[in-house]
Order: sequence, then C-alpha cells, then structure tokens
Amino acid sequence: MQNNSIATHRFYKIVSKIATHCILLAATITIGMPFVWMLVTAIKSPQEVSIFPPIWWPEVIRWDNFVTAWNTAPFGRFYINSIVTAAAGVLLGLITSAFAAYAFARIRFKYRDFFFLLMLAAMMIPGQIALIPNYVILAKLKWINTYQGIVVPHIANVFGAFLLRQYFMTIPDSLFDAAEIDGLGHMKIMLHVALPLSKPVLGTLLLYLFIQKWNAYLWPLIVTSKQDMRTLPVGLAMIRSAEYAIGPEHLMAASIFVLVPVLIIYFLAQKQLIEGIATGAVKG
Amino acid sequence: MAHLNRKRTVHSMSIREKRDLYAFVGFTAPTFILLGIFIFWPIFYSFYLSLFKWNMISPRKTFLGFQNYRDMYNDPVFWLVVKNTLLMAFFTVIVKMAISLYLASQLNKKVKGSSVYRAIIFSPTFTANVAIAMVWAWIFEPTYGLLRVVLKPLGFPMIDWIHSTSHSLPAVIIVLIWSGIGYDMVLFLAALKNISMEIYDAALVDGANSYQIFWRITFPLISPTTFFLLITGFINVLKAFDIVRIMTEGGPLNSSNVVVHFLYQNAFQWFRTGYASALALILFLFIMFITLIQNRLSKRWVHY
Repeated sequence: MQNNSIATHRFYKIVSKIATHCILLAATITIGMPFVWMLVTAIKSPQEVSIFPPIWWPEVIRWDNFVTAWNTAPFGRFYINSIVTAAAGVLLGLITSAFAAYAFARIRFKYRDFFFLLMLAAMMIPGQIALIPNYVILAKLKWINTYQGIVVPHIANVFGAFLLRQYFMTIPDSLFDAAEIDGLGHMKIMLHVALPLSKPVLGTLLLYLFIQKWNAYLWPLIVTSKQDMRTLPVGLAMIRSAEYAIGPEHLMAASIFVLVPVLIIYFLAQKQLIEGIATGAVKG
Repeated sequence: MAHLNRKRTVHSMSIREKRDLYAFVGFTAPTFILLGIFIFWPIFYSFYLSLFKWNMISPRKTFLGFQNYRDMYNDPVFWLVVKNTLLMAFFTVIVKMAISLYLASQLNKKVKGSSVYRAIIFSPTFTANVAIAMVWAWIFEPTYGLLRVVLKPLGFPMIDWIHSTSHSLPAVIIVLIWSGIGYDMVLFLAALKNISMEIYDAALVDGANSYQIFWRITFPLISPTTFFLLITGFINVLKAFDIVRIMTEGGPLNSSNVVVHFLYQNAFQWFRTGYASALALILFLFIMFITLIQNRLSKRWVHY
C-alpha cells in the first residue's frame, strides 16, 4: 500500500516535471523563433522567401544576401558611426557618473542630500520632454549631424552614478581612512582605492551602457539628416523605405548586422548581465 | 592645552571642509551641468515653446498663449492617440506580467537547463528595437508571414495586421509583450527566490492548497516587485516609439499612433513645434503624476 503511494507520488512528480519543461520549451520557442526566422530568411533566395507555407531551410545557403545588403547603403560608415558614438558615450558616461558617485558616497558636504535628491529627480523625468529643446540647443551650437550632437545630450547617467555610489558605500571605511592618513586627496583616493575595488560593477555598467547606446534609435534619428552621420539602427530603418525596394531576405540580413555585436556580448556575459538585473543592480 | 587642541582642530577642519567643498563641486559639476542643460532646462523651455506657433527654423515665433493646448483639446486625433497609448500600456503590461510571473514560477522549480531557458527568454531585452520591429513586420506579412503558418490551421482568415485599422495596434502590443516578458520574468524569479522555503513548509503542514499558497503567501510577498514592474512597465509603454515608428508609422489612419510618435510627427515632420511642445509637457505631467502616485501608494499597498 505504502509502496504504491510512493510510486504514485513519483509518477506525479515526473509528470509535473515534464509539464514544466513543456511550458518553458513553448515559451523559449516563441521568444526564440523570430531570431531563427530572421536568420533563415536572410539566407534564402528571393523565390524561397515568397512561398506559402514557408520552407524552413533554403536549398542553397545564400551568403551573398549579406554582401548585397551591406552594399544597399553605406553600412561600413554606419558601423563606424555607431562604434564611435557608443564608445564615446560609454566612456564619458562612466567618467562623469564615477566622479558624481564618489562625491555622493565619500565627500562630506552640507547640502549633499539635497543635490542627491535633485540628481535622482532627473532620473524620473522622461527624456521625451527634452527632444525639441535639445534639438534647438544643438541647432544653435551647429551640432546637428555631428558625433558630439549624438553623444553629448545623453552623457549624464544618473542611474550609473546611483549604482556606483551604492557600491562605493559598501567599501569599508578603513580603506579610505588609511588612504587619507597617507595624505591622498579625493582624486587619488578615487583613482587608486574606489575604482580598482569596483571593477566588477564598472564592467557590468559598461556593458549596459554600450548596449543601450548601440541600440538607441529616436535621438540619433532626430539629430542626423545626412546619410553619412547615421548610426546603424537609423540606417537600418532607412533602407526599409520604398526607395530602396529591397526584399525581406536583405532586410533580415541587414538586421543581423545590427544584432551581431550585442549578441556576442550577450553570449559572453549573459550571466553577469541577467544577474545584474535580477539583483536590481540595473534597470532595463 | 585642551583649548589649544580645539583651536587646532577647528582650524584644520576648515581647511578640510574647504578641500571637500571644492572636490564636491568639481566632481559633481559635469553631471549637474549636463543634467541642467539637457534635462531640467528643457522642461521650462518646452513650456515656453508651447505658448508659440513656430516651425523650428524661422527666427520668428508667434505668441499664441494657451491656444496650442486648446487645439490639442479639440483635436480628435489627440484623443485617439491618448486612447491608443493607454490601451497599449494597459494590455501590454497586464498580459506581459501575467505570462512572466507564470514562467518565473515554472523556472523556480529548479528544472534542468533553466539557465538556457532564462537566457533565451530574456534575450529580446537587449535586442535593438529596430531589428525587433523589422523581423516582426516580416512575421506579420499577410501572405508569406510566419504568423500565417500558425493562424491558418486554426481557421483564421488572412490578416494584413500592419495595414488594418483594427489590427495594427494589437500587432504592436504583441511585439511589446514578446520583447518585455524576459525582463519581468527575471525580476519575478529573483523575488520568488527570496521567499524562504520554511514559509511554504509551514503552510503545507497547516493544510493549505496550492491556490491558497499562491494568493495568500507568494503573491503578497512578491508585491513590491509586482508594483515596481506595474508602474515602470506602464511608464515605459507610455514612452514607446521605436516599434511603432518602424512597424506601422502610427497608421493606418492613426489607428496605432501613440503619444511619443505623434509628438515626433508634429515636431520633426510637420514642424509644429509649439503643438509638439504642448504634447511633451502633457506627457511629462502625466508621467510625473504616476510617479507621485507610485511614491504614495507603495507605502500603503505593498507588503514588505
């Protein structure tokens, strides 16, 4: 009798495990399918794209679709623009937020809390309200269609400053006290004590900022009108318009150009990136 | 001696204070100058611009007072856009959160390969919206689209999602749900992992069934995460632009137009700077209002 109930229990356990896997598998396929579909479409011939029901694998893999897509627009130039603006934005964002974070974590100042709240308030303000004013400011500076126009309005990174401050505050006081007794100023303490101890969080923040800037669409779209200054997402969106008249296979191939760098980062640092979000370290 | 000591301390403190003050100002100045120019000042400047008729190029601005706001109030397109935006935010957030909570609870059962499931379901979070919109526009294609493979056997007629006034908004909502599930799921999973097993064991000993366990124990304990995802998710959809721009351009006939896209059209396609600034200000006030409610309610509703 008891044996029987143990067997039933085990049976239910296996069934529920299978059910769990089925549910998770269904979700994974639903989320993953568009990516697979993008790749499969990108290597099909124009004839194979226009078949219903669709075929799941082309007869001959058409790698030349990527070459054709690359040549429909100056994608090399888009890549350079994206790399330059993302790298500059990330670097300047990390520097400014690290300085602000150090000040809020370690420097005593009467109105520190007030300024901290002021900075946090900036995080709540939706960036959309700044689109027109920023465009007007940049037009006055003659920064439309320039790298600095794409980068500068989005350097200040309140979230990064907040995250780094929280991290700096977990560093034991004794380390800072020792550095102060040695006669180091704030600049040296930051460079030689705070930053070296914060490498993991700096790394995560760097990856997030890079992905965010690499994928950015609205601001680069507004601030660039010359084809030569477009970033990858803006250039990709552009070739979809009727004047380019290119098929889905080339559109999907071009989309893959945009995805590749982020996919590589995600593949290599997937755990770090997801855990960063799970622990509430970084907002998406 | 004691007197001398105190004097020395006061003296050295003031040097130290001065040094701290300079360092503080120097360290925070870059951030505050940038925030001042590109975040705080634009709020006032937007309000100023919203009182004018201006095409963004001409040196002349015509003062209108609150006419732009009156025009907005009388513009049926504005109200359609508001309705679309709220519908989109409501449906996206509710469906996305329900699915992601369910998936998180499945992942929490310590299944094999859970990190692979998690990595793939999360991947749209970091994918460029432009590329997401591109592939989904192709999936929604009425004749050769992948979705037809799923819908045809179920007896659905051929739907031209993107060019239909009744289906364009649902199409955008589907994409937003698809791309947002992973983020919510990861946060729900973290919240579920924080609940100690002892509470569940105690409930089981007391004879609670799984329905009671979920609604009486799990749900209240993850309420901070639920509330956070609800509010931030809602605000994020209010700000959505990329997917709408690429997939539907707000069409057809504004059936999928939303606030930020309408703002973009007014400002940068039709050069109605004043009207667009009024839109921006209304969006800003609405989001601030939600944030304020969040701060108030999170103290009352959420069980910590």
